[in-house]
Amino acid sequence: MKILNPVIKVKKIAADQSVRLVEKTIAKTIEAGNFLTNIADAFLFVTKVTKETFSRNFEFKEFLRQCFQIGNKTLPLISVTGLIIGLVLTIQMRPALLSFGAVSLLPGMVTISLIREMGPVITALICAGKISSGMGAELGSMRVSEQIDAMEVSSTNPLRFLVVTRVLAATLMIPLLVIYADALGILGCWAGANIRGDVTFVLFFSQAFGHIGFIDLIPALVKTFFFGAVIGFVGCYKGYTAGRGTESVGIAANSAVVLASLLVIIIDLVAVQITDMI
Amino acid sequence: MNAIQTATVVPAGTEIPEQVIEINNLRKGFGTEDVLVDVSLKLFNGENLVVLGKSGSGKSVLIKCIVRLLEPDDGTIKVLGEDLSTLNQKGLGELRKKIGFLFQSGALYDSMTVRQNLEFPLRRIKKNLSQKEINEKVEEVLENVGLSDALNKMPSQLSGGMRKRISLARTLVVDPKIMLYDEPTTGLDPVTSDEISTLINDVQKKYKTSSIIITHDIECARTTANRIIMLLDGEVYKEGGLDEFEQSADRSIKSFFK
Repeated sequence: MKILNPVIKVKKIAADQSVRLVEKTIAKTIEAGNFLTNIADAFLFVTKVTKETFSRNFEFKEFLRQCFQIGNKTLPLISVTGLIIGLVLTIQMRPALLSFGAVSLLPGMVTISLIREMGPVITALICAGKISSGMGAELGSMRVSEQIDAMEVSSTNPLRFLVVTRVLAATLMIPLLVIYADALGILGCWAGANIRGDVTFVLFFSQAFGHIGFIDLIPALVKTFFFGAVIGFVGCYKGYTAGRGTESVGIAANSAVVLASLLVIIIDLVAVQITDMI
Repeated sequence: MNAIQTATVVPAGTEIPEQVIEINNLRKGFGTEDVLVDVSLKLFNGENLVVLGKSGSGKSVLIKCIVRLLEPDDGTIKVLGEDLSTLNQKGLGELRKKIGFLFQSGALYDSMTVRQNLEFPLRRIKKNLSQKEINEKVEEVLENVGLSDALNKMPSQLSGGMRKRISLARTLVVDPKIMLYDEPTTGLDPVTSDEISTLINDVQKKYKTSSIIITHDIECARTTANRIIMLLDGEVYKEGGLDEFEQSADRSIKSFFK
């Protein structure tokens, strides 16, 4: 067996480490490059869709169909969730407020937390799971089965027909769904307040809405439009740019949910900061 | 053998052949790999041109370049006298109205019924038609493909052959001048394949279309071809009539025409 000179051995190890370092650096650079390319692609997609939104020949019928689809798909889920959130918040908060002798503040507190935070975020997360993934899977499967190509060949702009209508429908419908979820949450709160106590409907609502002001309603409503737009954009982007294989449909649906949920939370954080400054 | 099969390189009855499609030195690659290296071909008015080749030889890429679903890396494509590279989106849209594309998978819109699938291109391309005219046109093309009773079915209720027929009807509904068939018989049983091949010939006669038929199904080529081009390694390997291919001693060609 050949014994290497220690100096040569050290030099060889150093050379190997240098090569590995260079390889790692190249791999990381490619990774960073791909990441930046993906971000650039996404921005390009958003720009194209925005441009198409303001072009002529808006597909109004398809837009209405998408609005119906979004409402139809999520309404039962949002009804149950909204009602339960209101009920649970009330049941959880009641003992804490009772110990301070402030049970009369319960309707106001729950209503504010529902309108400002819980209603919009929970509804948006449910929609991210239900709508964004649905759009990702539907458009992804249309891409795989060449339906998007067929649309393009038959002189129809698929971005205008498929994406613009879905993004606008999500932007419009999610605020409406949030309002609906808030209303059911408040009803749930009233039901919760009546489990251990006895509050009339009129008294409950005067207590609930007596604490709500402009600053609670408007910023909460405005951010839901952003939630809707993000949910629509992410779902459509992931589906529209899906690869050719069947597994890319699953990947598109899955990554749409993850990214949309993450962006909803980030937008909420930004919105809270802005509201706080106001 | 019928009249269509015996036609020679230039369709009979055409003194000066009008070139419907002219492709020169087309090159298209993905990443570092070139799928089409140097392809030149012409499609004459009224003929059925079959493009043969093994899977992965770039046949589908070729016809997707013709409708600019894929951008060529190099070379020129002229369709009905218009250079594709000089067309803007509007011009391309106008040109695509004259081209019918039958996709390998059929590409029927899953969320629409057969009627809605057929009405979809019709409403967008022929905007001035009344509902009555649209209904008549839809019924006419469905009758031509022999599926009048499938009007209100969903694509998921149709068999593979029926999907291909409906897909063909969807392209025919707007009266295209050029038909591009991407593997029209792939995945079908021999009887249905034969029916589709016959239908391609019927379409040629009835609608006076010029067609490029991409296939590796030799029976489909035998039934439909006026002229054949064989692609190998991204280039045109041989061009000629059916008889030339049948009698060729070349091993690559013989492996197809066993």
